[in-house]
Formats: sequence, structure tokens, C-alpha cells
Amino acid sequence: MTAVVLRIKSIQYRLRLLEYIKKAGAGHTGGSLSCVDILNVLYNRVLNVSPENFADSRRDRYIQSKGHSVEALYVVLADKGFFPESDLETLCRFRSPYVGHPTRKIRGIEQNTGALGHGLAFSVGVALAGKKDNADYRVYTLLGDGELAEGSNWESMLTAAHYHLDNLTAIVDRNQLQISGHTESVCRLECLTEKFQAFGWSVRSVDGHDVTALADVLGSIPFEVGKPSMVIARTIKGKDVSFMEHDAKWHHGVPSDEQYERARRELETLLMEAGA
Amino acid sequence: MSFEPGTELGKANLDVFAETLLELAQDNPDVLAVTSDSRGSGKLVPYAAAVPDQLVEIGIAEQNLVGVAAGLASTGKIVFAVSPASFLTARALEQIKNDVCYSDQPVKLVGISAGVSYGALGSTHHSIHDLAALRAIHNCTIIVPADNFETAEAVKAAARMFHPVFLRFGKRPMTHLHRPGTAFQVGKSLLVREGSDVAFIATGETVIHALLAATDLEREGISARVVSMHTIRPLDTDAILAAADECRAIVTVEEHSCAGGLGEACAAVLMQANRHVRFRIVGFPDEDTVTGSQLEIFTHYGISAQGLAGTARKLLASTDQ
Repeated sequence: MTAVVLRIKSIQYRLRLLEYIKKAGAGHTGGSLSCVDILNVLYNRVLNVSPENFADSRRDRYIQSKGHSVEALYVVLADKGFFPESDLETLCRFRSPYVGHPTRKIRGIEQNTGALGHGLAFSVGVALAGKKDNADYRVYTLLGDGELAEGSNWESMLTAAHYHLDNLTAIVDRNQLQISGHTESVCRLECLTEKFQAFGWSVRSVDGHDVTALADVLGSIPFEVGKPSMVIARTIKGKDVSFMEHDAKWHHGVPSDEQYERARRELETLLMEAGA
Repeated sequence: MSFEPGTELGKANLDVFAETLLELAQDNPDVLAVTSDSRGSGKLVPYAAAVPDQLVEIGIAEQNLVGVAAGLASTGKIVFAVSPASFLTARALEQIKNDVCYSDQPVKLVGISAGVSYGALGSTHHSIHDLAALRAIHNCTIIVPADNFETAEAVKAAARMFHPVFLRFGKRPMTHLHRPGTAFQVGKSLLVREGSDVAFIATGETVIHALLAATDLEREGISARVVSMHTIRPLDTDAILAAADECRAIVTVEEHSCAGGLGEACAAVLMQANRHVRFRIVGFPDEDTVTGSQLEIFTHYGISAQGLAGTARKLLASTDQ
């Protein structure tokens, strides 16, 4: 899939996730918009996982630790054919399996997440099993940057390095915003690269909206044999909707009718500019 | 040779757990023990020596222990996550709730040195909340074995289960309670002793004390039934209702807070089935739990032959029915 096609897909994913958040009247808008390109590249360029091989123990695993950005995951999984996209009309409705965080009730989802600081430990377990079985599947997990304040992440980082899990990749959606504001004012994270390195990980930083760069970085894993890989994806919360970008209030903001139309028009313009 | 329940001392349930797990692991390379620097307290040093590749050491990080165990289990491994019950079920409760139970990953959670096994070490090391906490979380079978037989059977049953289970073991040698040939079934209590005046419905390491109390009461002409309620969930409601229908009083006994444990579970079963029977819960009251050996703490709170016989006597004498 070429960079142009990937770019078009990202914008289409953004349009769809906004549509379903608008219909549901609920959702985590800003963080879903920021991680779309990462999910796009993972599912369309990197992961060996599909509806056909989802029961195969040799499949690659993706675990979304920042579970609140489930709307981005839902539209990507629908696009990959895991379930009909029309199912998303029921998002967050009474008894709908499409709840506001990932669950295994939905085909394509590996683990229930949503409480923060859980996905990395689970991913370590899956990667460790792969090492024990000499399996060649790879394990990817997506962390929020605000989520890194959960101490459990750092416990899991120790374990991943201790067991030399070079089949494990963690990606940080480094959009620098969490619900209360800037990550560095809520609980300072920097210098993240040095911290991850000190915990025994091999670290690369990448523009988290540059699909070509993302594909290059995610395609060159492991960065070092014997070490788990950490990708710091520099992203923009609310990406591609001008009035949502860089604004923490869109963490779980739902657009008004007027705002939704404006966002839709902006994204459709980007779609045309991208050559769709 | 005839066997009399309650007369022969066996091993610590923890030792039997570790021996049984080693047998399982030697038969099946997918069996894993995951520990939080707890292989010594879990009696797993021989296991680690015999099947080193089947022990995953996490270090002192219980949240990580449970999350990693869930990930391992998701791939088909048969995972026993072994950690002191006090830390496993408090520190890692959210991981138990979400990563294991809500996600339905078939981890076998093993709470070692449970209850007040670490009695002298203080409340940081007591786990007298675990049954209440786990009863309120959907999708977790809860098993509290009373003796070596129940322990071995529970470990083997857990290995076969496709859903989450919590097992709870103490470290003091336990007296054998069951005759050879007894069948163990998760969710089905075991009758240790027949009786028709009072029924002790006890669980885990308290069952022997109920049996000794029953023996004492027999000398006074009081017939006491002893039920080992090894499975707290699913609860054997038939045995509880039978006790109410066939005995004049019920005393529940548990190494746990009186809040939210076996006693309250039994009370709910009885009330909702409209059974009005004289009833007492023996466990730890809502106070700063005393410290000392497990037996000293038990005795202080009436979990002893003398204490339980006294509770039964008073209850039977309290009103006529």
C-alpha cells in the first residue's frame, strides 16, 4: 500500500470515527484522531493479522493499552473486515458489544483494556510465550503518554528487558496532552527517550503522522537484537481537524452539529488534496 | 487400617500445592508458575530446580505478575500466578478484575500464605479481604482447600479449567479430613461429619477446628455436622439449605473478615430461600486484627474447638424452635 493510499485511508478513518462518535454522542475524539496513522500503518503495512488468521496462534498481536481511543481501532478493524462497519451504528448503545473501550467480544480485539497501565504487562506475557515456544509472531502495543504515569508500565518495562523480548514493540502516542492539560504540567515525563533506554529498551522517535516514516520504523524491528523496541510517535491530539488540534478539551469532547459539519468539510478537503 | 478424619497430621497445603504443580508441569510443558520473588514462600524451589523453564520470575511487582500471567494464558499456557494472597488480591486487584476476570483469561491465581498465615507480621501481610473482594468480581471461581486432599484435587481441577480461578493456601501442616476414595468436585462441598443439631459450615484451614469442636460436642450429646465448603464460588447452596432443613442451628467459620465472606454468602442463601435458622458467623470482626501466630489469632476470635463448641452451645440454647 503506497504512502498516498495510506494517507487517504487515514483521513477516511478520521471521517468515520468522528461520524460514529457524533452518532453515539460519546467517545474519545482527540486521542483517536492522534493515533489513526499509527493504527493505519500497523494494520495495513506491518501486522500479519486478518479476519482469516485471527484464530491462528502464529498471528501477530496488537494490544491497545490506551483503550479509550477505541473508536480509531473500531474503524480500522471494520475496514480490515473483522466486522461489518454498520455494526458501529450501535457504538455505546444499550447492550451494544461496541462499548467505549476494547473488549474481546469484538473479533479482532485481543484483550479487554481501558483501565490504563495494563496493556504492556499483557503484551509482555504474550511476547514471553512466543519466546518460550520459538514462535515468530510479533507483539505490538500502543500506550498513551499520559498513561505512562501508571507505575505498572515501568514494572513491565523491566520484565521486557530482563527477558530480552525483542519480539515486543511498544508505541507511545506522544501527543503531549491528557485530560487535564499538557503532560509535562500534569506529571513530567521527559526525558522519555533516556528513561526508556535506561530501562533497557531500544528507542526510536518518529513523526507519528508520517505514514512513510512510521512504516520504515515499524518495519525495522527489532531495533536491536535482544532488546524490546520502543517507538515514540510524535503526534498531535485532534490531528487533521483544525479546531481540535492541540486542545485537551477534545480528549472526550463530542462535536456539536455545527462543529461536526466543519470537521467533516475540513477532512473532505484534505481527502481531495491527498488525491482521493 | 481405618481412617478417622481429623486424627492424622499431613503437610502444609502449600507444600502439596507445589508438589502437585510440579507433577502437572512434568506432564505438560505448557504449565507455568509465575512468581513475584515468591518461589520460596510458595514452596516452589524444588519446582524451579526440576523445571526451570517453566518458572517465570517477575520480581516484586504483583500488578505486572498478573498482567503478564494473563498474556501468557492468552496463548494457551496453563498459568499459575503465585504470590502472597495479601498482595495478589489487593495490590493487583485491578489486574485480576480486568486482565483476568473481565477478559476471561484462564489464569489460576494462587494466594499463598493466605488469611492470617503471616499472623505475626501484621495486617500488611494478612489477607482477610480477598474472598469479599473476589466475590464481587464476576467470573472467578474461588476455592479454599481445607486439607492436603482438597488441595491436590483443587490444583488439578484448576489446571483443567478454561476460566479464571483463585486458590488460597496456608503454610501450617493440615490434618487429613477425608476418607480415601472421596470424590472432589469444584462447587460441591464435602461432608466431613454427619450431624443433626448444629451444622458447622467451614472453609479452608478452619475446618479442622470445626471438626474438633464437633467431637467435643458429641460428648455432651450434641450432634454436630461439619461441612467443608471448599468452593466459595460457585457456592453449594444445596448443602447450605440441607443444613438449615436438617439441623437446628448453623455456624459458619472462615479465616476471613466477617464482612463479605462465606458467612454472609450463606446468610444470603438462607434468607432468600426463606429459611429461618439460628445462625452465627465466626470470622474476624471489623477491628484492627490482633497479631500473633495463626493459631493464637484463631483462638482469640473463637476459631478453635473450644470457641466453636461454645458458640454452638450458646446458639442452640438461645431460643427454642
